[in-house]
Amino acid sequence: MTDQKKVVDILLGMGRVMEENKEFLTDLDNTIGDGDHGINMARGFAEVEKQAEGLAGKDIGNILKTTGMTLVSKVGGSSGPLYGTAFMKAGMTIGAKTEIGMDDFLGGLEAGIEGVKARGKSTTGEKTMLDSMVPALEAMKEKQAAGADVKAVLEAGVAAAEAGVEATKPMVATKGRASYLGERSVGHQDPGATSFAFLLKEICNAY
Amino acid sequence: MKKFINSVETVEDEMIQGLVKAYPKYLKKIDGHNVIVRANKKEGKVALISGGGSGHEPAHAGYVGEGMLDAAVAGAVYTSPASDAILEGIKAIATDQGVLMVIKNYTGDVMNFEMAAEMAEMEGIKVKQVVVNDDVAVKDSLYTVGRRGVAGTVFVHKIAGAMAETGASLDEVQAVAQKVIDNVRSMGAASLPSTIPASGKPGFELAEDEMEVGIGIHGEPGTHREKMMTANDITDHLLERILADIDYSGSEVAVMVNGSGSTPLMELYIINNRVADVLAEKGIKVVDTYVGEYMTSIDMAGFSISVLKLDDQLKELLAAKADTPAIKA
Repeated sequence: MTDQKKVVDILLGMGRVMEENKEFLTDLDNTIGDGDHGINMARGFAEVEKQAEGLAGKDIGNILKTTGMTLVSKVGGSSGPLYGTAFMKAGMTIGAKTEIGMDDFLGGLEAGIEGVKARGKSTTGEKTMLDSMVPALEAMKEKQAAGADVKAVLEAGVAAAEAGVEATKPMVATKGRASYLGERSVGHQDPGATSFAFLLKEICNAY
Repeated sequence: MKKFINSVETVEDEMIQGLVKAYPKYLKKIDGHNVIVRANKKEGKVALISGGGSGHEPAHAGYVGEGMLDAAVAGAVYTSPASDAILEGIKAIATDQGVLMVIKNYTGDVMNFEMAAEMAEMEGIKVKQVVVNDDVAVKDSLYTVGRRGVAGTVFVHKIAGAMAETGASLDEVQAVAQKVIDNVRSMGAASLPSTIPASGKPGFELAEDEMEVGIGIHGEPGTHREKMMTANDITDHLLERILADIDYSGSEVAVMVNGSGSTPLMELYIINNRVADVLAEKGIKVVDTYVGEYMTSIDMAGFSISVLKLDDQLKELLAAKADTPAIKA
């Protein structure tokens, strides 16, 4: 089981990963977008870190909702509202728990993905973050149903997310700023799908 | 990167502060947010708010003032402002007549403005919106996010702002703003990329003899790359796309030749020379021309052409009084 403190630690770890990969994500975004994805993600999680003390002691649903609201209200761009919505929806679904297991996590992720789809009016196959989120969720659900342990479930999710990132390369973007490039977006991986794979890997590394 | 800045973290804040210090009679800043409002709030009219990422100066704060906007929200460079800043802007300018949001069609801008509007409505403020999508370089379809909003947005600010000043209702101001959107088309090209301060790297790379065609205003690459053309040739190419999109024949128009930041007025006038000749040859009557920097992309070298088809109402509102830092009419 995962307690409140561990959730906060993972969120702080996500901030470190975004900071470390700020330039990499920004370079990816430079190629097919407007070149700020890494900067915005790092800025967003830096805001979350500023709130870390206030998060301690809150229930897990509340921690995730607060994280989501911080991302929505402080980051701007499209990654702020999209990742923010994902965290808020996950928090609402998980609710006032002080410990969560894999089923809670997968339920939260599923709600988060539905939130991203609704807010971004998007679905898979459009060269967005959903292209790593959705396959990761499906792979993890399958492993979980097969009775695998936490680490194995998360590893399957990371592998599927990374494969999902690869799969965005041949896609033509139809949503977000990469869509303005049309066919020229082909051959490049999506920065949003990539940042999700990094975040999931950070969760996996915590186990 | 070679820029006259102090630190990449303070670019937006210092720019906004400098702008307000330049135009204290027109502008003031809301505490805690990069939101610019009129120095003297005007009651009894529909209030207009616009905004987007920074890097487009004088857009959007330069258009705050009589006859145009009531508030402009500035996000980080090329990044839509977050919804809490937009909400503060809406609250600061809201009147009994309501608030019209002029949003450029970008995923982030639309999401953040709509979230702010939802929150404002919960507080009892009447909010409506229009979404500007004048860029013909991008294919419009049901399955994509559609066209971008670019320099034609300034015409929306001007005309909807003038309409609001007459005391028109929120529905009427929204309708005239939408009429501008339906009748304005733009397209641009760039000869050099822009560099976001926080990234320090140019948004794309071009060989000495190349240009990007179908460029947006966020330093993203255009729709395609071509060998550099003469001013007349690229102007003809862009105008051809614009004029093919809606029927301008026999109509009166307003033209904007907008500089992206590093293209001198000299080149913009050369481009306008061709625009005016081509339109005259086609029997399209230019009644008003704007040449200059209206919707920039930091230090990108490039330009866009916008052509707005006018009817009597739009013509009158375009000519109506405006007194803002960047546009006076």
